This record gives sequence, structure tokens and C-alpha cells, in this order.
Amino acid sequence: MTAISLPSAMEFIWLEADLLDSHDYAAWLALWTATGHYIIPTERDAEDYAAVLNVVYDDQEMREARVKRLQSGLSMSASPAARTVRTVSRFRAMDGAAGVFVVRCAQHIVEYKYDRTRMLAADVLFWLVPAASGISLQRKVVTLINGDDALHGIGYLL
Amino acid sequence: MDQQSAYAALAREDRVHTSLYTDPAIFDAEMDRIFANTWVWVAHASELPTPNSYKMSHVGLQPVVVTRDKESQLHVLLNRCRHRAASVCEQKRGRAQMFVCRYHGWSYDMTGRLRAVPYAAGYGTELNKEDYPLVSLRVETYAGLVFATMRDDIQPLAEYLGPARAWIDLFMKQGAGFGIKVAGEHRFRFPGNWKIQLENTTDAYHFPIVHRSFLTSLDEETEGQFDVLGQGGWIEDLGNGHSVMVMIPDLVDLEANLDAPIPERFQDLAAELAKTHAPQEVRRIVRAVGGTGFNINLFPNVACSMAFFRVLRPIAVNETEIAHMALGMAGGPEAANQARLRLHEHFQGPMGFGSPDDAEGWERVQRGAAAGDDLWILLNRGLAQGSNTGDVSAETGMRAAYRMWRRMMAQ
Ligand code: FES
Ligand SMILES: [Fe+2]
Repeated sequence: MTAISLPSAMEFIWLEADLLDSHDYAAWLALWTATGHYIIPTERDAEDYAAVLNVVYDDQEMREARVKRLQSGLSMSASPAARTVRTVSRFRAMDGAAGVFVVRCAQHIVEYKYDRTRMLAADVLFWLVPAASGISLQRKVVTLINGDDALHGIGYLL
Repeated sequence: MDQQSAYAALAREDRVHTSLYTDPAIFDAEMDRIFANTWVWVAHASELPTPNSYKMSHVGLQPVVVTRDKESQLHVLLNRCRHRAASVCEQKRGRAQMFVCRYHGWSYDMTGRLRAVPYAAGYGTELNKEDYPLVSLRVETYAGLVFATMRDDIQPLAEYLGPARAWIDLFMKQGAGFGIKVAGEHRFRFPGNWKIQLENTTDAYHFPIVHRSFLTSLDEETEGQFDVLGQGGWIEDLGNGHSVMVMIPDLVDLEANLDAPIPERFQDLAAELAKTHAPQEVRRIVRAVGGTGFNINLFPNVACSMAFFRVLRPIAVNETEIAHMALGMAGGPEAANQARLRLHEHFQGPMGFGSPDDAEGWERVQRGAAAGDDLWILLNRGLAQGSNTGDVSAETGMRAAYRMWRRMMAQ
């Protein structure tokens, strides 16, 4: 396993973004470590997300259930799914624990459904760890610019 | 026909006219005749945990600040400086001894009293500070629910809630003896009329259809528990527009059946709690952790819904904001409170397994309501069962709410 560099982290994060926009959820699930957490907070500066209410606080089981729901055809907010196009940029390597490569970046998602186009902006924090396959996702925290304010029903993944 | 009778004619016993969802003039009249004329929920007491704490809220379209003063008294104040109208508070919640208007610096204490005016000499004797407190609304509470009203002459809150109070008491048992605290909130908007959401809290009929993807995400035992139409549940009209819908009769009284076996999905939690709590305590907490089996719909803007508060805020005839407030046991075990947060996230909020599908359904109601010039919204399900009670899927609760709507709009 080789150490993670900023360029390899960027490539991984772009791949993740593309998998989500193209609804390739099985491949997306495979990016994660078994102990990883996918988090979308309602509070911007919580010390421990497990102890507060989040929009999403998913361990592996909940990620799998979430993907199953999105693909089931039984959820009217997800079928038909909104189209999304996302851009990820402003990458910066941050200090992290030993063995974890931490990247902070900006994400803009444009969503289209029915006759409406909407925008969601977020700071995203990735914890990446080396894996046999290259890189695995240990933690992803999507802090929406308006996550502590009123949102709308979201039928896809951020 | 005068305006009052015209409104009354739009809400019949078994149907309401589509213009109730779409006519901006009706929306304006509702803000005036309903939201400015009754008890409107503004906060839960736990959101104002200490003296000198506050939160922003609304009464209809009007922004207010709910405060707890240094003597612990609650106040609901219009969020508007008495000088030239600037808002005095723009922090959603917090602690302060004073609201200082940032425009010309008038300052008010937590009771709303005007305390200081910069460069006061410029007013000579023209300004008597006593005459310009923040406008204060009448406030009353029941079981920690804080309501305000613009009217000094309407009945006390307890009387307005009437038989709903007994159900509120049952709802609060999910504090498992610790008491209830608000543990966070999801807020989201949908492009639709507020009454679509008001109806939904008393609509069990949609549950197995809209929430199938939620149901299939549960283990078998829990899925059985959420078979809300299949357990002999019922709906009762509680008067004044309020109603209760019982979906899981076994979870009406959380202090009963404490000896029932612990459900599979709470086994791990029970094992964790057993390290620090006596067996009977563990059973009490675990039985309360998933919330109750009923929704209380309180007209016009709040529901005590199974395990959370649902608060609606009308914004425009076709725009509504919803808050789903997660509840915890105040001072209760952290493991149980975290379990409650995860359960709330599972269904509620902008990316829950339930709420986005509800929101999509409500949006489609508003989109569909644009069609047809003289069509009606049907409320006749279960009508033959009598006017005050019905089986769980009856539209009895909606009829109760619209009966109150008619009474208030025609006054
Ligand atoms: S508007 Fe508040 S001090 Fe002037
Ligand atoms: Fe629903």
C-alpha cells in the first residue's frame, strides 16, 4: 500500500463525485471502509456528531439501506431521481491522525427535477486511508452552507 | 353572500374546495382570522433552558422571539424594534441579557422593556421609555409546550387544548421519567399549502403506500410494528380542530406492559443500559425509546407525532416550512438518547427514509391542485363511521381540523 498524496486524493474524490452523479451506487459503497461514517450535519461545529442530530449519520448498514431505498423504485422522491451535476474543487490537505489523509474541499451540486433547478453548496471533509485497492473512504462530512437552516427533500446523495 | 359565508361554503363536512390550497386571498384571511386569533405553538420549554435564553420563532407570518427572563418567566415578543422597525434578534437561539437594536442602538431586556436609548437628550421630553417596550404576546404553557396568542380575550390554553391534554400527558411519557428535551431539529420547506401538511399528520392511509421504501428498510419485527393500518388503530376528534390518530395501540401507554419482551432492534441498547441500570429501569427506558404509537394534531401548527414534534410554518399560499424536532430524555442515558437521534434521522428530515417522500407527495398535491376550475378535495373516508371517531385510516382528523377552520374563517 502506498502513501496517499494530494493528487491521488483529488482523483479519488472526483471519482466519488462522478459515481454519485451517475447513480453508480454499488461502486460508491465499495469505496468505503467497513467502519466508515457518512455524515451530513445540522450543526456546523459539533464536537461529536454521534451525540447530536444530523441530516445523515450513516454507518455501513445505513449506507447500504439508503442505497437500496434509492434504487428500489418504491420511493417517490427518488424515482424519478433528480438529475445532479456536481463540481468538487478547492482541495486542501489538512492535519489528520496517523495513517489518515484528510482533505477539505468545496462542492457545488446543481439539482434538476420537474421544472426546477436548485443549488446546494458545501464544505466537504474526507478522511482517506490507504487500501489494497488504492484508497478507501473512512469518513465524509458534508457541511452544507445552509445545513442549519431549512432545506428541501433530497432524493439523492451529497 | 358575505365574505364569512363564502368561506364557510368552501369547507363542507365531507370535502373542501381546492381554492383552500391555491387562493392567496384565502391565505391572507387565514393569517388574520386563524393565526392571529388562536393559540399558536412557539417553543418547547427545554429550548429555553436557563434564565436569559431565547429562540426565534413565528406566530403566523410574524417573527417573534421567545425569551426566558432572569426570573425564569417566559415571554413572546414581536421581533421588531419600536423605533423604526428593525429586527432586534437575528440569532436563532442563544443567551443574552439584552437585545440591542443594531440600527440606532435602542436596547431591550428579556422582558421586552426598553432600557436605554443612545443620545437620549435629542428627544428632550418627547420619549417616554415606558411607552415603547417590544410588543408582548400572551403566553401560556402546557406540559412544556409553549403557546402564544395575539388575543387577550380568548379562552385559556388549557381549555383550548381540552381533551388533547390527556393525550399530551401520554405523549410525554416517552421521557421515561426523565422529562422531555428538544435534542435537535430538521427543517425543510415544500412548495405547497400549510394545510396539506396539517392533514398529513392525521393521514394513516398514505403510510403503507408512500413509505414502502422505509418499511422495507426495517427488520421484520419492526416492519410488523409499522403496519399502521393493521392493528385496530383509531382516530378521535378532540374538539377545537385537534385530533389524535392511534396507529400502534400497544404504544399508547409507555408505562404499561413493561414486562413485554424487548424488541430485537433494541436488544443491544438494553444490554448497554443494563451495565448501569436496574432491569426494571432498562425496560422503562427501552419501551420509551422508540416513542409512542400515536399522533396528536393540534390546530393550527403543531403535532406531537409518535417520537417528535412536527411544527408547521405557513410562508405563502404555496410555501410551507416544517420543523421535525427530535426529542430526548432530559438527563437520561446517553446511549438511549443517541438511539433516539438515529431513529429520528432514519425517517425524518430532508434525507430521511420517510420525509422526502412525504414532501414529494405534498408538492404533487399543490401541482395537481392547479388543475380544474371547480374541483374539491375529498375528506369523506370513514364518514359513515360517525363524526367523532373512525378507524385509523378514516379522514376524521382532517374533518375535525376543517370544522375548526370553517368556524374561525366564518367568525
Ligand atoms: S430601528 Fe431600532 S434603534 Fe432605530
Ligand atoms: Fe408520511
